[in-house]
Amino acid sequence: MLSPGTTVRVRDDWPEARGPCHIRTPHYLRGRLGTVVRPLGAFRNPEDLAFARPAPMLALYHVAFEPRSIWPDAGGDEIVVELYETWLEAA
Amino acid sequence: MTPLIEAPSDRLLAGLKALLADKGIVTAQEIAERVAQTDRASPAQGGRMVARAWTDPEYHALLLRDGAQAAEAMGIAMRGLPPLGVLENTDETHNLVVCTLCSCYPRAVLGYPPFWFKSPGYRARAVRDPRGVLAEFGTVLPEARRIRVVDSTADYRWMVLPQRPAGTEGWDADQLAALLREGDMIGVTVPSA
Repeated sequence: MLSPGTTVRVRDDWPEARGPCHIRTPHYLRGRLGTVVRPLGAFRNPEDLAFARPAPMLALYHVAFEPRSIWPDAGGDEIVVELYETWLEAA
Repeated sequence: MTPLIEAPSDRLLAGLKALLADKGIVTAQEIAERVAQTDRASPAQGGRMVARAWTDPEYHALLLRDGAQAAEAMGIAMRGLPPLGVLENTDETHNLVVCTLCSCYPRAVLGYPPFWFKSPGYRARAVRDPRGVLAEFGTVLPEARRIRVVDSTADYRWMVLPQRPAGTEGWDADQLAALLREGDMIGVTVPSA
């Protein structure tokens, strides 16, 4: 379990380049550094559910990103996104 | 044989419903009930929740702790639906909800999303230029107000708890609820008296 305040990196992975898939991790976050805000519980992996495959329970986190680290001209102060543990790696 | 994708949609729907019933997955009545429930949902329900939170400190705490329970407490059926998270606007932070991937929206408490919520323009710009988007909705926030964009991507649905507008002292929950529009609970607008 990742605790609030932990720095994480979103995996720089592009499953859509390898074939049909269902992804809940937006493109603009791949490879980006973020900070865990809080755990949101556990849910069946939607990437498996979408294909009617056995879907393990995964921890879901609210992770905060600095918008200007993604787009230099970004206008907001914080972007918060729900991300599954399988998309997060130690930074 | 006509490819499935080209079949008339009403016949496809009838076929799908018949198969679901035959296989004992869901009955026609259950589908009709869920459609009726979805049609009944409207921003007025979210508005009642917000207005109660403004007038009832215990409900305010419940709403922030567990939005689904707070919705159930107002008689809104949440069984089988994603959890509802509620983001509180304060003097420091304004929240704006978007689903950049698709159209995740707290339908149980706000009804069908407005057409622009699903548009590529809103989805791309809300996350990158929230102040610009807010200005187009006529919403101008103090320069120092932090803007938090919440990209609703997965198994939660998110609703904004706006700040109670000035000039509403002594109003009851019904009067307050009448002030609220769906945009206030998405965060593109703020309520005013």
